[in-house]
Amino acid sequence: MKTFIVRCGETALKGQNKPYFERMLVQRIKKYISTIDGATAERLDGLIFVRTPDEANTEDTLKKVGRVFGVDSISPATEICIEGLSAEEVIDAVGKEAVKTMMSLIETKGVKTFKVEAKRADKNFPIESPQIARRIGAAILKGCKVLSVDVHDPECQIFVNVRRTYAYVYEQKISGFGGLPLGTNGKGLTLLSGGIDSPVATFMMAHRGMYMDAIHFHSYPYTSERAFEKVKDLAQILTTYTGKINMYSINLLPIQEQIVANCPEDQTTILVRRFMMRCAEKIAEKVGAMMLITGESLGQVASQTAEALVVTDSTVKLPVMRPLIAMDKTEIIKIAQEIGTFETSIEPYEDCCTVFLPKHPVTKPKLEKILESESKLDVESLVDAAVEAATLDVIYQEFE
Amino acid sequence: MIYLDNSSTTRVKEAVAEKMANIMTKDFGNPSSLHRLGLNAEKIVKEARLAIAKKLNANPSEIFFTSCGTESDNTVVKGVWESRKKQGKRIITTAVEHPAILEPAKWCEANGAEVVYLPVDENCCIRMEDLKAALTEDTILVSVMYVNNEVGSIMPIKEIADYVHAHSNAYVHTDAVQAFGKLDIDVKKIGVDFLSVSGHKVHGPKGIGALYIKTGIHLPSFMLGGGQERGFRSGTESVPLIAGFGAAVLELSKFDSAPKDYLCKCIKEKFGDSIKINTPKESVPSVLNVSFLGCRAEVLLHMLEEEEIYVSTGSACSSNTKKKGSHVLLAMGLKPDEVEGAIRFSFSDENTLEQMDEVMKVLTNVVEKHRKLMKR
Repeated sequence: MKTFIVRCGETALKGQNKPYFERMLVQRIKKYISTIDGATAERLDGLIFVRTPDEANTEDTLKKVGRVFGVDSISPATEICIEGLSAEEVIDAVGKEAVKTMMSLIETKGVKTFKVEAKRADKNFPIESPQIARRIGAAILKGCKVLSVDVHDPECQIFVNVRRTYAYVYEQKISGFGGLPLGTNGKGLTLLSGGIDSPVATFMMAHRGMYMDAIHFHSYPYTSERAFEKVKDLAQILTTYTGKINMYSINLLPIQEQIVANCPEDQTTILVRRFMMRCAEKIAEKVGAMMLITGESLGQVASQTAEALVVTDSTVKLPVMRPLIAMDKTEIIKIAQEIGTFETSIEPYEDCCTVFLPKHPVTKPKLEKILESESKLDVESLVDAAVEAATLDVIYQEFE
Repeated sequence: MIYLDNSSTTRVKEAVAEKMANIMTKDFGNPSSLHRLGLNAEKIVKEARLAIAKKLNANPSEIFFTSCGTESDNTVVKGVWESRKKQGKRIITTAVEHPAILEPAKWCEANGAEVVYLPVDENCCIRMEDLKAALTEDTILVSVMYVNNEVGSIMPIKEIADYVHAHSNAYVHTDAVQAFGKLDIDVKKIGVDFLSVSGHKVHGPKGIGALYIKTGIHLPSFMLGGGQERGFRSGTESVPLIAGFGAAVLELSKFDSAPKDYLCKCIKEKFGDSIKINTPKESVPSVLNVSFLGCRAEVLLHMLEEEEIYVSTGSACSSNTKKKGSHVLLAMGLKPDEVEGAIRFSFSDENTLEQMDEVMKVLTNVVEKHRKLMKR
């Protein structure tokens, strides 16, 4: 059997709501490890213990649990039952396991220096933490002769945790994404394009515990079916973190045609943005999403200047969340690479046809002028027709 | 459905598909096996080789099966470079070749070759004087496509081969993938040393090509292994694909140019000055490339697709390399908006004049609709 100690990060800070968050987190973890035969998860004194029948699933377990939002870090650990043992016997038993762990580290990584960190979660245990550390360190030195202790800059650390019924020995802490368990923060509707930013924005909001539905805008036949497939591929990647995504797709072409025919060219982009928000709000109402999420970053393009964002926002009542608003492109790309959406995002299919991109878009739109242009359009019926014609793709989470 | 993207690939005829299915499920032997099933498979391969050889007026022993036209091209360019780089460094090709030639040529360049890319005129044809000027004593290979895949122009292969052979020791190769089945090709008459063809452009299956290598010329093997194809191209023969290729070639008849001529005439009449025909007069009957000015080809493509009419922008293989535009049309000196609006209609014997009437109806509609949006 292999045990994994899972730390909950922020979930642990939730005061009276802590049990609820922990319960949600255990539920999530259980769902993610359900494909591993015989795997279990339980919470105990602020930690979550995941157990799998054998070592073979270690990598898989780490990957799956590591993707669960709310997980701060994971440590594959050796579990030692200490029920009924005397303190000295516990030190012996833990020492033996520590030596074993150390030996395999020497073998695989050739480490030469180490340090032991001990923790006594069970305060009734008669030996105090520093003492435990010292004694386990001594046991390791005795058992593995090639090593020396280095408390300042050790090549590896051995962690010992003595709890009530079990003691644990482990040597690594693998970081998770942190955040909060999915479903603890309602549902949002994300405006998903084929670009780099919007998948990252989606990920970031989901990472704070928000369920995600998505809305995608296209201009077929001015955009291609391949571009649409690409967005579906991105949504598919995102489901590994967010769970199932209901993706609504709206063809903006009828709206764009009206804008091109009736409004000044330099306003095209901002007008289209406003229509997107209106359509998104309608869909959000329909699916019970509390917020709209976009991947906009201040000043990145003409439609993302402060002025443009104000003009865009004024179309909707729902709050518009922009988790990337103050991030640089390089930071966004880094996250996209980490979550695995980058490679798909940079495939060369256009997601918003450049036919409708004005040569010199307004960067500081004035609301009055925009409203004046919109007065030439039948905004409501255009939005209604577009929403009416929306199609739905349900993208399910796939476990590999 | 009206399929006008036959230069990308063609539909496999039912009889050919049936023959292949039978071979996969019944005559599934390995030609290298000593038993009867193996012998049957060997006979099937022999029959197909004969069909292709006949079509090219080659000797069956000069035909080698490969996995595709690209493999045939790669084998020649890289192979000639490898085997002759001590004799000379120069390779001559054209600016309008398929990537299956351009990319291996670049590879040779990176490995020390000096590659000359001959320009083309407005008819997408090289000028003999350019070739003459480029041909040096240390030229080891001249590779010029027989027919350009994007506009259908025909290169003077016989003239090229005659000149090169008379004035140098270079080998002459032609990528005849788009010419095969459209023009009568006689390797003896045109006098090339190598010639590439592909199965799926002539209603055969994908995954099969062939390379003609003139008797007496040695080219290093691209694939090493069990020594199939007389040691030249190892790997168990894909008997069903080979048979499909052979059967498709037997089905080939004289290519009818009526659909192309008719569509071309209609487009000219309908659109007048607002289009440019990029396909030269001297061209294969299978390709018609037209620039619709003030249009974006990809948008037209999708609008036509909505009416189940399938065409291509540039060549299918390069449709994904966006923004830059077709290297062929640019080499012909087309202006950016002419490149942007270029649609390739490519025909097969399954297209009819009635279909062209239907195409004209839809085309008139979508071009008008699209231009309205673009004009501002």
